Amino acid sequence: MTESQKHSIQTTEGAPVIRIGALQWVKSNLFNGVFNSILTIVMLFFLYKVIPPFVKWAFIDSLWLSSAAQCRTVNGACWSIIPANIRFIIFGFYPHELHWRPFLAMIMLVSLLFYSKNRNHWNKYFGYLWLAGLFIMGLLMKGGLLGLTAVESDQWGGLPLTLMLSFFGMFAAYPLGVLLALGRRSKMPAIKTICILYIELIRGVPLISLLFMSSVLFPLFLPEGLTINKILRAQVAIILFTAAYIAEVVRGGLQAIMRGQYEAAESLGLNYVQKMRLVVLPQALKIVIPPSVGILISAFKDTSLVVIIALYDVLKTTKATLANPSWMGFSPEAYIFVALIYFLCCYSMSNYSRRLEKELHA
Amino acid sequence: MDTDLTKESIKRAPENKIIEIDGLHKWFGDLHVLNDIHLTVYKGERIVICGPSGSGKSTLIRCINRLEEHHKGKIFVDGIELTNNLKNIEKIREEVGMVFQHFNLFPHLTIVENLSLGPIWVRKVPKKEAEETAMVYLEKVHIAEQAYKYPGQLSGGQQQRVAIARSLCMKPKVMLFDEPTSALDPEMVKEVLDVMIALAEEGMTMLVVSHEMGFAKSVAHRVLFMDFGRIVEENTPDEFFDHPRHERTKLFLSQILH
Ligand SMILES: Nc1ncnc2c1ncn2[C@@H]1O[C@H](COP(=O)(O)OP(=O)(O)OP(=O)(O)O)[C@@H](O)[C@H]1O
Ligand SMILES: [Mg+2]
Repeated sequence: MTESQKHSIQTTEGAPVIRIGALQWVKSNLFNGVFNSILTIVMLFFLYKVIPPFVKWAFIDSLWLSSAAQCRTVNGACWSIIPANIRFIIFGFYPHELHWRPFLAMIMLVSLLFYSKNRNHWNKYFGYLWLAGLFIMGLLMKGGLLGLTAVESDQWGGLPLTLMLSFFGMFAAYPLGVLLALGRRSKMPAIKTICILYIELIRGVPLISLLFMSSVLFPLFLPEGLTINKILRAQVAIILFTAAYIAEVVRGGLQAIMRGQYEAAESLGLNYVQKMRLVVLPQALKIVIPPSVGILISAFKDTSLVVIIALYDVLKTTKATLANPSWMGFSPEAYIFVALIYFLCCYSMSNYSRRLEKELHA
Repeated sequence: MDTDLTKESIKRAPENKIIEIDGLHKWFGDLHVLNDIHLTVYKGERIVICGPSGSGKSTLIRCINRLEEHHKGKIFVDGIELTNNLKNIEKIREEVGMVFQHFNLFPHLTIVENLSLGPIWVRKVPKKEAEETAMVYLEKVHIAEQAYKYPGQLSGGQQQRVAIARSLCMKPKVMLFDEPTSALDPEMVKEVLDVMIALAEEGMTMLVVSHEMGFAKSVAHRVLFMDFGRIVEENTPDEFFDHPRHERTKLFLSQILH
């Protein structure tokens, strides 16, 4: 198969490359015209004003491993706040001596995600691998089995919580969103109405109010004595919220598929599920990769809203660190650090989506 | 292409009926697209349907595999009546292949995958066997070397031949063609017609909406002329072209034959 595919790739002569000198490049890209020249000069001046002081603050005058007291004596950045508080920022109130467990769980999650990047690995055992992985991760977090000390979920926090909320948020919201999109296009009026109502209602309220409802309103309707774990409630709210947005994006993709595709699938005798799964969705979902990833990225960032129901995600643990009198006032350093964590995750996602798009365009 | 296709006589016996359409009506809103259609097709029979644009030709053959729902009258395919029963609809679609004007290949699948999809999921044929069958049919439509390409990499004529092969892989009892050559550049029409003629020689039951009069003359047992949702005239190709009876038919023929 690969052999014949190779043959099918047409070789084209590369277009002639025009080599230009650096000076030429500067002239044609930065100083072509009066307006652009002024803009370039203004920008250069701005960068001159901003970059050297920042480099001086962040790298030259900065302290990396010191006490808070030492930090107060210098003008530079006090990066020391990070190493000194890293375990609280990352793991929150998880018992100190058990930090290796969420750490291991996170490593497992990241490795599994990395492993899954390669679509050649998506075989029969792939699902079992994930199931086993998720089970072990859950066991590591929760404990209470195999001699592991039990850790109640109200002690979970920090980065593991952020990753968990967003990971399950995305992976449950996506299929739910696809089902909602299909439902909205259904010929059955009842299903269609329910899906439209759901999507429009959820999109009509901010995530914060859903989180509030899940933590304040929802328990009112539960029978006395029965409580549902707070994290689970937040998780459900995030899933329900994200799914509504995914649904609308996927619906757009479905609309882009020509009627002829449905008819060709039907005329082969494929039933509804087969038609959707084998013919329509693969094409529709491919089209909507960029906007879906946009939604998943904002869902990831939106998990930081769980602070309002008193969950300690990684942003909240950072804030809590800054509330400590000895480290008070070093917020730029701390926030830059969390921003980097968020950026790393979001960037990997968009990077992967671009790669996936390219692979699927083969 | 002049073939010495022997138009072996079709046994018009009740047990040989494959499609039976009785008093069919269909409306699109106020538009009466199909008006009291009666048509019986026997096994091995080849019928060409022609008529002016908008006369309901596509709608008629699309009713046969329920891509369009009819409103009145009865349609039987291979003894099964087409109703809202989904199971029956799927069963009929398994037996009825369809080739579209715009090919409608699945662009995200390779040519072999396009061909083996139906057999694997509908007929539950093992993947390997389905792919072997796919190769046999690709060979038949002279396109085996393109098996691992994607539809977008093929010319229109090649795509249409793939589409025909895709239908054949389901081993259908009837093939429906809706203007299979009218979206093609002139130089590609012949390669598709040749494939269809070869299919005719094997005795396939075919309903072809087409204005290719040469094809109709050499292949069809019967030619139907439709206008305003009715079958206006129906005859053997020789009679139909040489001695059209109705004014509408004469006008239509003079237009398409210049
Ligand atoms: N889905 C639809 N909804 C409304 N009207 C339709 C629909 N499909 C077809 N029609 C109308 O029904 C009439 C018959 O259409 P049909 O496609 O069967 O004609 P045709 O004989 O195949 O014409 P052509 O040679 O142009 O393909 C046309 O007037 C067309 O506009
Ligand atoms: Mg038509």
